[in-house]
Amino acid sequence: MQILMIPEIGHYALVIAMLMAAVQGVLPLAGAATRRPLWMAYARPMAAGQLLFVAIAYACLTASYMLDDFSVANVANNSNSMLPWYYKLSAVWGNHEGSVLLWSLLLAAWGYFAARFSRELPRDMVARVLGVLGLVGMGFLAFVLITSNPFERLLPNVPGDGADLNPLLQDIGLIMHPPMLYMGYVGFSVVFAFAIAALLGGRLDAAWARWARPWTNLAWAFLTVGIALGSWWAYYELGWGGWWFWDPVENASLLPWLTGTALMHSLAVTEKRGAFKSWTLLLAIFTFSLSLLGTFLVRSGVLTSVHAFANDPSRGQFILMLLGITVGLSLLVFALRAPRVGHKVGFTWLSRDALLLINNILLVIMTITVLMGTVYPLLLDALDLGKISVGPPYFNALFVPLTLLLALFMGLGQVSRWKQTPLRLLVSRLWLAAVGAVVLGAVLPLLFAERWSPAVALGLIAALWIVLPMLRDLFEKTRSARSVGAGLKKLSLAYWGMQLGHLGVAVTIVGVAVVSNYSIEQNVRMAPGDSVEVAGYTFTMNELSRRQGANFLADRANISVQHGDSRRSFAMNPEKRLYLATRMPMSQVALRPGFLRDLYVAMGEDLGDGSWALRVQYKPFVRWLWLGGLLMAFGGVLAVADKRYRRLATAPDPETRAAPATGREASA
Amino acid sequence: MARLIPTALLLLLLLPGLALAGGIEVREFDGPVMERRYDDLTSILRCPKCQNQAIDDSDSPIAGDMRDRVYALLQDGRSDKEILDFMVERFGDYVLYNPRLEGRTFLLWGLPAVLGLLGLVLVGLLVRARRNASNRELSAEERARLDALINRERTE
Amino acid sequence: MNRRLILLLPLVLFLVLAVFFYQGLSLNPFQRDSALMAETFPAFELTTLEDPSRTVDESLLQGDVTLVNVWGEWCPTCKQEMPQLLDLAERGVRLVGVDYKDTREKGMGFLEEFGDPFEVNIFDPDGDLGFDLGVYGAPETFLVDADGVIRYHHTGYIKPQDVTEVILPEVEKWRD
Repeated sequence: MQILMIPEIGHYALVIAMLMAAVQGVLPLAGAATRRPLWMAYARPMAAGQLLFVAIAYACLTASYMLDDFSVANVANNSNSMLPWYYKLSAVWGNHEGSVLLWSLLLAAWGYFAARFSRELPRDMVARVLGVLGLVGMGFLAFVLITSNPFERLLPNVPGDGADLNPLLQDIGLIMHPPMLYMGYVGFSVVFAFAIAALLGGRLDAAWARWARPWTNLAWAFLTVGIALGSWWAYYELGWGGWWFWDPVENASLLPWLTGTALMHSLAVTEKRGAFKSWTLLLAIFTFSLSLLGTFLVRSGVLTSVHAFANDPSRGQFILMLLGITVGLSLLVFALRAPRVGHKVGFTWLSRDALLLINNILLVIMTITVLMGTVYPLLLDALDLGKISVGPPYFNALFVPLTLLLALFMGLGQVSRWKQTPLRLLVSRLWLAAVGAVVLGAVLPLLFAERWSPAVALGLIAALWIVLPMLRDLFEKTRSARSVGAGLKKLSLAYWGMQLGHLGVAVTIVGVAVVSNYSIEQNVRMAPGDSVEVAGYTFTMNELSRRQGANFLADRANISVQHGDSRRSFAMNPEKRLYLATRMPMSQVALRPGFLRDLYVAMGEDLGDGSWALRVQYKPFVRWLWLGGLLMAFGGVLAVADKRYRRLATAPDPETRAAPATGREASA
Repeated sequence: MARLIPTALLLLLLLPGLALAGGIEVREFDGPVMERRYDDLTSILRCPKCQNQAIDDSDSPIAGDMRDRVYALLQDGRSDKEILDFMVERFGDYVLYNPRLEGRTFLLWGLPAVLGLLGLVLVGLLVRARRNASNRELSAEERARLDALINRERTE
Repeated sequence: MNRRLILLLPLVLFLVLAVFFYQGLSLNPFQRDSALMAETFPAFELTTLEDPSRTVDESLLQGDVTLVNVWGEWCPTCKQEMPQLLDLAERGVRLVGVDYKDTREKGMGFLEEFGDPFEVNIFDPDGDLGFDLGVYGAPETFLVDADGVIRYHHTGYIKPQDVTEVILPEVEKWRD
């Protein structure tokens, strides 16, 4: 009988968590405004309590899944007694209710860690940051409780077994993808809370930027990994070797990533130079707002997307309301309290400041372009101007040139200095890199492929233009040291993080350029004994066979593949499966991954006469896409590990102490 | 963290799972130009029945019909524009992933250009203004004092 | 003061967007008008389902307001829709069927089993007429006026209440 109580315990825990979030949201903020230390002191324990109780709720839901409690509607709809345990674990977030609960859990976790690692922050700052996080948490917990309760029961008619998890979701990529993505989305709530706290408290100095930076980097790194995983999953699971479809759901994750990237850079300027303050605050608000917007777009079903999620208008309305309150209020606070007088820091055209300004403007243009393209069909529809589609051709036409422009300034940024860079220095440091990038970029495609492609050359030039100045800078930085090793050791982790991040961008650009232009795709008719040659690989079909799987019938082709004249060969075994329960035909793609190329074979239709239609694809450098993403994420994390931030945790430097002068408190 | 990277790389190399069966047809083309045109056209036409897929990605019957029609029209010697028009006449602008430039899409196509110009002007104005700003680097202490002053100013 | 106004700009833009989103919640992204609205019914030359030797063309739809229903034996919704179509025929609406991507045998069997509200059925085994009509699934229904111009388009299932609430008013509207 105790087992049967589990969902009720979870439900109850959620209610308690929401109440704690409410206290965390109201008391510390009020305390900070009225300078009551006791009220402010509620922030930390409430953050811990909120996490504890959301975790209990989450554990209860997981337990219901593991114990096959099909009296819980959520379990009955999304699980099955036959499902392996690890898919039961991930099925918890493979549906709307569970994923919103995961959102709340991660939010509470970020809030807890923000409370934990803020010992050195002024008391009122902590109170405000945690207060804002509490309010956001309260909103989401209310959303779960009111519209998306995962603990709803199917009583008294308990189904004998569950409806099973969508086979597309039974996959490692999709187990990892949502938690990573949510960690990113939700992580931006911390820097958002920092921004609101800064606006409320009127504290916008270098120390503030330094506190906000590691949180931003971490959230950004998670989001990067999440996006890369999503793209990788789509690559082998959804389409035919496509890796980015400009689908609204993908765009929704790209939007906060773009502003998040801008935010990281503008935070650097705010910390190092004390400039761009209002702009940084606005970006922090935008980034989290776009995370919320992404949730709204995905969960409300206002946009048509390949990813069909259950749509319920009341949920859409609730999220829109949450979005409206959160974003509307924060932008109002921004409009009323953003500093009226900027701190005029001088810099010239050729300075790191100016280049980062350009970087930010480009990233914002990219964001608005993607946002516009994503919601434009909706805008026209709302105005009754008909239905149109905005797809890959539009986004590529605008995104590619903007990315190349960004790369151009990234190269310059590598060797530029704050405030101003003498033109002569810039030329002397960069001319070799420029010549090298152009020559190598133009020649390399010829070595790799028979056909010279201007697009690939351009992509390689852009990538080299990012990497070569980086090497040059490394050379300069280590030249004066006794040995190269000693010189490299002296460089900070933050520096390495930045370089790795930029290297990741270059790697991704190479991947995109090569795979988009040098991919080969051929549909062929093959019978046993037939051979085809694609991109220097000989594919020979040895035999066709039938096999009976656990819940499907499969036609299976055995294909051996040889590269050039090499005597070694390997096997690829694509299958065409018919799932008996749903009568759904699915293709089990055979994939041979590699650092420089993937081979991809999929079975199409039985053409009669013993032959089959097969799709054979050669995808050069496709792994570089995701490798670049991982490098970027790793760079972001590395920068967080820099000792500047660790020192902050133990002993703040004098600057942070100097700033809180009298009159910091809001008198309004 | 150091252990995360090899794990992640390993994940990237894992063998794939299921894919939705899409349209795979064996077609004969009169040369690579026609093949490329076919590939391009089928990748920018949206399947009217599906959630959000181009006709070359979709296994829905109507997507198959549309591919057949694109192929037939190509063999008929029609231009890309004629083929796209042909589809729009029947299924509406909805099937074009590349929206046409017309009254209702001016904003869509024009906005990036306007933003680009605005950005250019903004950078120009900002840098010009900042060039004349204080040329002297402030010390940390001075900056902190300035911050405090600014903070006080805006709370009044 | 000037600067405050600029700082308000993000809020204003967001509110505009939010209004659109609110409207978007009540829109159905799958509901689309036919591209052939107010266009002449596409030309065709096909045999009838009932009689392989009888050829009909678009002139079939001249002279009276006609409801053209695209169906097929393979389409389960078409079966559920039949009672409504029979009801419409009984109320004096002229119906013409398009048997879409079907075989004659199955099509005839379907009509025998579920009833035949159609004056005549155009047999479209390859889906050519359906394609020209922009049909991407059955059932779909077109209202054609006496001059052969398409005036109304219904995607998917005609619900029982649609008969009197939607279809009949449209028929009346174009009869004059």
